[in-house]
Formats: sequence, structure tokens, C-alpha cells
Amino acid sequence: MNEQPRLEIEADRDGDDVIVRLKGEVDLRSSPDLRRRLTELVEPQAPKLVIMDLSGVDYVDSSGVGTIVELKRRALRTGGDVVLVGLQPRVRSVFEITRLDKFFKIAKSIDEARQA
Amino acid sequence: MSAADELALDITSDAGELAQVREAVQQWAMRVGWSEEHAADIMLAVDEALSNVIRHGYDGKPGQPIELRARRVSDARRGEGLEIVIRDYGKQVPIEQICGRDLDDIRPGGLGVHIIRSVMSEVIYEHARGGGMRLTMRKYRADVSAGQGRPREES
Repeated sequence: MNEQPRLEIEADRDGDDVIVRLKGEVDLRSSPDLRRRLTELVEPQAPKLVIMDLSGVDYVDSSGVGTIVELKRRALRTGGDVVLVGLQPRVRSVFEITRLDKFFKIAKSIDEARQA
Repeated sequence: MSAADELALDITSDAGELAQVREAVQQWAMRVGWSEEHAADIMLAVDEALSNVIRHGYDGKPGQPIELRARRVSDARRGEGLEIVIRDYGKQVPIEQICGRDLDDIRPGGLGVHIIRSVMSEVIYEHARGGGMRLTMRKYRADVSAGQGRPREES
């Protein structure tokens, strides 16, 4: 057993906002890369809003969820926020088990996320 | 019980192996009669358990042995189910320190054990003879049909 699908991470700045699009699986292997990319995005100039488009994510574990929690806590400290978009049922389920669906704003679309 | 009813995986403490283990566990669970949704829950619990072994049992050191054994079980009181045993040869963590954290305390870590306990019917951590930890997880169909263990609707 060796290689596995990787996580693709794309980020675009849009004014004060950043849209992060993930594709693949967020697990113990890929979450350190995600953490590094997200840290680069919010430092030194923190965006007002980070929209995490998870529609391309078909699996997330607690390390992935923890990485996104870390991003939101950091955003809140600087007056920003993080909104999640496009959660597939399996991904939403992990947020529900950990009750983090109450901690995050979850939107159906990027437009809705901007209004959240 | 046929060989197809059992699953044996000898892996190492490399995060790069997790995706293939997840696939193998989910396929096995479906093969022994669990729905895709519940097989995905079981896969998630196994992934969290293995991640904990890699991070805490072996402190992230790759190449260390982990044994996974899965089989069907039957309990007189709870009926049919499955059992998954994960054995490592890493640190022996005090059992009382293995607990899911308070979910009202929002912070990045400590969610894995909570997920495992939410998904499975029984979760038993032990110090293995000769060193390392042994985790036994069981899930019974009766608990699923009774709606236990998951804070969401069954499909």
C-alpha cells in the first residue's frame, strides 16, 4: 500500500475575501499541506471573509475538521470569518458528529456565503 | 464463517496508507452486509483510530507496524455485528487519558476519540501484552436500527 489521491487546493483573492476551493480527501496525510496553505493565506493580511468551497471534498476526518476550526479561530481573532460551502453529505456528517455544524456558517452557494 | 467474512491488514504507520485502508474497510463492511452509509461510518472510525496510533502511539514516526483484524460477531443480547481490532507496538498511553473532549470547548484537536465513540457501539482500549495498545471496536446492527450513536437521521 502506498500512494493515495492527493488534495488539490486553490485559493483566489476577491477584494477583502478569499475563496478556497478544495478537491479530494482531507485526512492525516493532506491536512498539514492544507494548514500550511491556509496560514499563508491569512498572514500577514487577514481577509475579511474566507469562503471554503468543499464541494469537491468527498472525505474529511478530524484532522481536516480541526484544520478548518483553526482557520476560523484565527479569523475571528482578527475580525474575520469563515463560511463553508457545498458540503457533501459525508462531509456534513463529520461536522454534525463533532457538533461543529453549529460553530460554522454553512451556505449553499458562494453568493449565499457572501451574504452570510 | 468464510474467509470473506474476515479482513486482515498489516500496515505501517504512514499517513499515505490511510486512503487504501479506508477503501478496504468500507468495501469489507459492505461485503458483510452493512449499508454504504454505515460502512462509511465504520471506515471513519477506523481512520480516526489509525490516525491516533500514528500521531500518538508512534509520535508520527513512519514505518512502524499496525495490525488490523476485522470479523463478524454475534452477541446473545445485541445480535449480529462486527468487530475491528487495531493493535500497535507503540507507546502505552494511560487508558484514562483516552477520552473525547468536551465538544463545547471549540478547538482544533481531540475530536478523533469522540468520533470513534459516536460511530461504534463499544470501544475498548487496552495495554497489549508485550507493549503497545490494542483497540477493540464493535458495532451492532441492533444499535443502528435503534438509532443509537449518531446525531443525525438514518437514511
